[in-house]
Amino acid sequence: MSNMNGHEHNGNGNGEMTLFLKIWRQKCCSEKGKMCEYTVKGISPDISFLEMLDILNQDLIKRGEEPVVFDHDCREGICGACSLVINGIPHGPEVLTTTCQLHMRKFKDGDTIVIEPFRAKAFPVIRDLMVDRVALDEIITSGGYISANTGAAPEANSIPVRQENAELSMDAAACVGCGACVAACNNASAMLFVGAKVSHLGLLPQGEIEGRERVYNMVKKMDELGFGNCTNEAECEAVCPKGIKLSNIARLNRQFALSSFLKKDDGGLKQEWN
Amino acid sequence: MECCGLKFNYFTSSIGKKQIMTVSAFLLISFSIVHMIGNILMYVGPKYFNLYAYTLTANPLLPLAELVLASFFVVHILLAIILVVENYLARPQKYYMKVNTGKGASFASATMPWTGAIMLVFLIFHLLHFRFGTIYTTSYDGKEMRDLYRLMIEFFAQPAYLVWYVATMIAFAFHLGHGIQSIFQTVGINYSKYTPCINKLCLLLSLVLSVMFSAYPIWSYVKGLQ
Repeated sequence: MSNMNGHEHNGNGNGEMTLFLKIWRQKCCSEKGKMCEYTVKGISPDISFLEMLDILNQDLIKRGEEPVVFDHDCREGICGACSLVINGIPHGPEVLTTTCQLHMRKFKDGDTIVIEPFRAKAFPVIRDLMVDRVALDEIITSGGYISANTGAAPEANSIPVRQENAELSMDAAACVGCGACVAACNNASAMLFVGAKVSHLGLLPQGEIEGRERVYNMVKKMDELGFGNCTNEAECEAVCPKGIKLSNIARLNRQFALSSFLKKDDGGLKQEWN
Repeated sequence: MECCGLKFNYFTSSIGKKQIMTVSAFLLISFSIVHMIGNILMYVGPKYFNLYAYTLTANPLLPLAELVLASFFVVHILLAIILVVENYLARPQKYYMKVNTGKGASFASATMPWTGAIMLVFLIFHLLHFRFGTIYTTSYDGKEMRDLYRLMIEFFAQPAYLVWYVATMIAFAFHLGHGIQSIFQTVGINYSKYTPCINKLCLLLSLVLSVMFSAYPIWSYVKGLQ
């Protein structure tokens, strides 16, 4: 049996698949990479995409070849460590799903799967499919925090929070900082990531205090790191495994304009966060 | 992306540049709406159309207005070039395979630089043809003035010009189709309650503008045949 690409495959009737992989191999940031072709056999539709790569790596090790390097950690879809652009889409074809929660049942026996690293100037390749996403951490360091002393847990109702703001903040806080938004954006922009961070902190009273400086500093850092400019195409929202909304970018846009023109010591001029 | 090594401030920031571009886009669309409404007088008759043009050109503030309008275009075009170059540089190694999800980027959004470039070429020729083109004169009530109506009819009697104008208006529709919606997002207006409605109205406006601007050359061509 052969597929459209002319590859021979051996669907054995018990659901196990043979897949043809095109994987980006690159020794380090300074060396040129290339696409390499591999075949994996006996892949169960019930295993995850990363487990399929584990099987490939075991085969490569047995053959004395270098295994494919890729990022992963929790494999539960909550840490944001896994990446990969699978068949042209960050985190693959399943919506609201990280790569580690993508299962092989989304593919068919004989499929050719193209696997690349997230690509952006700010995400240099470390090796193969692993990229350095420290740029996102640098953005967080520039303002993605609050400076309030936490102390003991306060009485829950002592600081009133509007229900709408609490919901919006919690939605934005779901961002795991995987960088898929940057990878999907045709301009490699990090606006959805920054928008989510300034929303999740700034919408709550504890984070509102530093809201103005936070927005300004985080955008400044984002620009310094070489991310692109948002052109409102919404590909970031479409691939985000946590469903972060484009409205967070709109909030970032208006808060940045306010932050740029309102002085810090403006005598109690309160910044409206919503 | 950091702008040309300049010190970071609102005007060199990624968001600032986009917002300034957005303001220029808003002003240019406002001008397009006024231009579209003014051209409707062509259907009323040559006298009204020519008198309208004469009233505009006789105004002593016209050079200033033209200068301001030209500055909107220059700002919009320069910022577009800067942003496109920055965006290109933000991903030095392109993808081997990259597909859009179908839920985000559209043909209109992906082709903004190209449709914008087509509009720039159109703008240059449009000015050469009509602002600085052939001057026919006519007179109404003893006042001599430029006969723009005759120029329109004669110009669009040539099918190649007609096709070029209608084709560029299709590009205009795509450019505005994404551009007008973007104005709201870029200035920070995105609310689940209003945005779907705003987006539909933006699409409608882009269609109305492009259809109306296509209708003038078609009407002139048909009129020229009679």
